[in-house]
Amino acid sequence: MSDVSADGATPTRWHRDKPGLGVWEHRGRVAIAGLGHSPVDRRWDGQSLDRTLGAFAAFAATEALEDAGLSLDDVDGVVTCPGPTGDPWAPRPYPGPPYDSEDGLTTVTAEWLTRRLGLPNVDYSVNIREGYYLSGHALGFAAQAVGDGRCNTCLVVYPMGNLPGRYQHSGEMALDRAEGPQQWMMPWGYYLSAGTRLTLVYREYCRKYGKSEDGLAPLATTLRRNGLMVPWGFYANSEPQEITEQDYLESRYIHKPLRMLDCDRPMNGVGAYLVTTADRAQDLRQPPVYVLNHVQVFGKARGQIPSLDEVESWTRLQAEMMWEGSGLGPGDVDIFNAYDGFLTLPQFTVEAFEWHGVKRGEAFDFYAGDISVHGPHPFLSGGGNLGCGRTRTAHHHDSVEQLRGQAGARQVTVRADVAYTGSGAPDLAGGLLLSKHPG
Amino acid sequence: MPYPVPVPDELSRPFWDAVNERRLVLQYCAECERLQYPPQHSCAKCGSSDRLGWREVEGTGHIRTYIVSHDTRIALKQPDQPFNVAVVTLDTDPGITFLSNLPGTPVDEVPVGAAVELTFVEAEPGTLIHEWRVTR
Repeated sequence: MSDVSADGATPTRWHRDKPGLGVWEHRGRVAIAGLGHSPVDRRWDGQSLDRTLGAFAAFAATEALEDAGLSLDDVDGVVTCPGPTGDPWAPRPYPGPPYDSEDGLTTVTAEWLTRRLGLPNVDYSVNIREGYYLSGHALGFAAQAVGDGRCNTCLVVYPMGNLPGRYQHSGEMALDRAEGPQQWMMPWGYYLSAGTRLTLVYREYCRKYGKSEDGLAPLATTLRRNGLMVPWGFYANSEPQEITEQDYLESRYIHKPLRMLDCDRPMNGVGAYLVTTADRAQDLRQPPVYVLNHVQVFGKARGQIPSLDEVESWTRLQAEMMWEGSGLGPGDVDIFNAYDGFLTLPQFTVEAFEWHGVKRGEAFDFYAGDISVHGPHPFLSGGGNLGCGRTRTAHHHDSVEQLRGQAGARQVTVRADVAYTGSGAPDLAGGLLLSKHPG
Repeated sequence: MPYPVPVPDELSRPFWDAVNERRLVLQYCAECERLQYPPQHSCAKCGSSDRLGWREVEGTGHIRTYIVSHDTRIALKQPDQPFNVAVVTLDTDPGITFLSNLPGTPVDEVPVGAAVELTFVEAEPGTLIHEWRVTR
């Protein structure tokens, strides 16, 4: 078992984070062969042991194995981003084994999951930790590991936990003194979140391109509508109502211009994937979805807050690396699941990738057209975090399902051969390009 | 407007000591000839710590962008919502940015692009923090 962190101490050979690396050496030789997803609850209720983060991870993993037609014996690699993503359960008493620590409640490590599932043949086991907390990092890492031959059939699990109480309002946020990194932020009411950091940049964007800050309303309604067609999605199961543009515009401000309905809602839920070699995938239950490239962005702003120029340079870098490593270009991508932790993020990505010809400053005009799943420009067809709740998995699940032709009511009517799937904000991102064809 | 009180550490103490003397002193890498804020153990550009020192800078800047906080996670700031959270660029080096509540500027009436000057407010008796005020 090993931990991988972006702390400078662990190897970064797996990264594809700079231009000039050429076509990915494993392009089309690695595939996603299985998908699974747990139910998604708004919060763990603190009592139901069949709905803990760990129980949900086991559920999702089992479903992914069934989807692929694999057994527990077949898994020789486990990669997880264990978390935590929210507050700890402590100091509340632990329920007892296997919930006698945070592991299983607010984190899910590879060893906890291996034990819980009883995986007998795992000899490659990795917890992806600080600085790599995104689902796209986990999938990229696993794709590289399978391509490099470190494992053959890798179970990737992405847990997102949420407990009773307001998310991340405790701890140092409740103090009247600001220590460590907080001394440079808290005094002025600022804290680390893409919702604060990139809303400041979003406002720069609207000023630069002369766009209304209300221009995200059509995207808000579209993502909710798409999410209602995701069987495991939070809204589809728990709040199955569409929203109107008026609902969006009237939702209260969190950090004006960021509204409540610009923000994804923290959830308790887990997605799982089986990543294996293209050769192996061909013999499994589902049509293989091939990985053509994976990239990571680790943008470092010069100042405390990124500028619009920096954000646009990081998204441009992601696009350039994606094209270089995959050998494809903007016109080749059919499905585009840009990351939407906040509704204020996707325009940076779609413009950088010039998907369907959208150039800088044009995203809101694009949103105002037909971006529905059954129209000519099915943008973020999976509904994203805004449509499914913040699991950071909707992008990947939808991309795979669209390429398989298994997206059900969401299935696009345009060609679905190649998909971009993203995670993370422009300054910390992990993206993949997937295809139903290996080359 | 209450301000959570910054707790200086070994790295930040020269900065906060200067603020308490109503001066703005930033890290400066003599190798790269580049300012740096917040302070770090090494230069973000060259990685060296040997040539990293402190340099007093002029407290003038401009407002790049802002948001208005209505639902902050920071308990101490919650009673005073809504309030401005602006990004100020330093005129000496616009790559250096500061956060500011822009004391004296009405909520949500922030003149983006306007000039600002350094000021200081008391976070608690004897402890100042740096702030920025729109130049009239």
